[in-house]
Amino acid sequence: MIETVIKTENLTKRFGDFVAVDAISFEVYRGEIFGFLGANGAGKTTAMRMLSGLSKPTSGKAIVAGLDVFTQPEEIKKNIGYMSQRFSLYEDLTVIENIKFFGGIYGLSDKQIKQKSDELIEQLQFQNEIKKLVHDIPLGWKQKLALSVAILHEPKVVFLDEPTGGVDPATRKQFWEMIYQTADKGITVFVTTHYLDEAEYCNRISIMVDGRIDALGTPRELKEKFSATSMDEVFYKLARGAKRSDN
Amino acid sequence: MPDITLDHISKTYNKNTLLALDDISFDVKKGELFGLIGPDGAGKTSLFRILTTLLLPDKGFATVSGFDVVKNYKSIRGIIGYMPGKFSLYQDLTVEENLNFFATVFKTTVEKNHDLIRDIYVQIEPFKKRRAGQLSGGMKQKLALCCALIHKPEVLFLDEPTTGVDAVSRREFWEMLKSLQKENITILVSTAYMDEATLCDRIGLIQSGKMLSVDTPENVLKAYPENLFAIKSKNVHKLLTDLRNFENTLQCYASGEYLHLSFKTENENSQNEVVVFLKEKGHDEIEMKMCKPSIEDCFIRLLAS
Repeated sequence: MIETVIKTENLTKRFGDFVAVDAISFEVYRGEIFGFLGANGAGKTTAMRMLSGLSKPTSGKAIVAGLDVFTQPEEIKKNIGYMSQRFSLYEDLTVIENIKFFGGIYGLSDKQIKQKSDELIEQLQFQNEIKKLVHDIPLGWKQKLALSVAILHEPKVVFLDEPTGGVDPATRKQFWEMIYQTADKGITVFVTTHYLDEAEYCNRISIMVDGRIDALGTPRELKEKFSATSMDEVFYKLARGAKRSDN
Repeated sequence: MPDITLDHISKTYNKNTLLALDDISFDVKKGELFGLIGPDGAGKTSLFRILTTLLLPDKGFATVSGFDVVKNYKSIRGIIGYMPGKFSLYQDLTVEENLNFFATVFKTTVEKNHDLIRDIYVQIEPFKKRRAGQLSGGMKQKLALCCALIHKPEVLFLDEPTTGVDAVSRREFWEMLKSLQKENITILVSTAYMDEATLCDRIGLIQSGKMLSVDTPENVLKAYPENLFAIKSKNVHKLLTDLRNFENTLQCYASGEYLHLSFKTENENSQNEVVVFLKEKGHDEIEMKMCKPSIEDCFIRLLAS
């Protein structure tokens, strides 16, 4: 049976007269890789903040990991993981210190943290790096470590906010392999990216324009619907009509 | 005629322990749009800083518009425009004030070269009284480009101008570069987005301070040495693991909906063999077809050789 992990109905956020997120309705399933796309200023970040319990919606409904974003935002924070390119790890702590710190934040016991960090170091083959400052390890490794740390507490869903900027293509592929692994474990991956070729790695994609979700489907469905050969083209056809943008 | 030349340029940091640029040589022709394609840490910014006379190379020679970057640095500074990767305008000056400031520094006026920036400037003009620090990413990018162009430079250096910018703005930005090219401005632009490579006249693929390849995007694609296959099955993650263990696999990695696969040695049976192998491993709905490599595939291939 398909289990729904995120469900929204007419989810809306207003700031004064400005409707940042305009009645979006969609569902995301267990173990799915869901690409959440939109131009700068389309409302992606605001929507993600609502879904992760950081911002209270103005109206509508949203259930994340079985919890209500209106009434249980604190519970949601415990049941999700979050990683972004901008902030994820403490650069002036070592690899192992970061793992311990986030394990503690997510409420794991010392024993669980020990077990989890052993597994993680083995899996990433970080044996020689555990005592290095995060500042001193390559960006690609940081990204892998950041994702591992974000799912240390085995959340139902992990939010990845533009996780892969700036690395070489081989490293970017390795990161996507980790995303596949994560989804295989049954963790739903909710990801935003500016790399539209990456959208093709997702099971399904939504594209936000001016606060609304204007398209939702598998990459193949969307390409067919918009008679496009690539997601880049789909995105361009939709987003160039945006009234609101960052420009 | 080459407008930018690099002859065996090397640069190290941290008392020679960190090699940022390793024996780099290439030319950029007058009026060419040349893309430097590579990830963070590849050495792109060091290369820009040497060519814009902000950093001295350890070894090698380089010229811009015929001037030596070390001996004639002052001549170079007057004829180039540079847009660094990090937003470097005055955040507490308005759009208008920044533009006037840069025009004055280059001993010119905004009016004198308005033609060159008109198409870009109209997009930010409604916000001319706004402080630069208050602009959105896309607008900052356009203002920075205007400021880099205000003295009608002969050579334009753009260090990752499209990083973090959404796909629509990126496309518009490249259209602006194409129209600037018509003014016979030589443009050296760097990017980490592989898909932007095909918009350049020629590209240099750079990784860990080494130039992997310098050619037109078409020739880089043509030089891909093997046949490349796109392959998928019901469980992509398991497919990847299994294909990595297939003895004839040269490279296999995720690429959108499909995996990309190349063989160590290929003959007419290779495709059948892999399908048989995958069926034995329990894969369903196997789909396999030959595909054209992208710049990204070429980059990955070059990294492996």
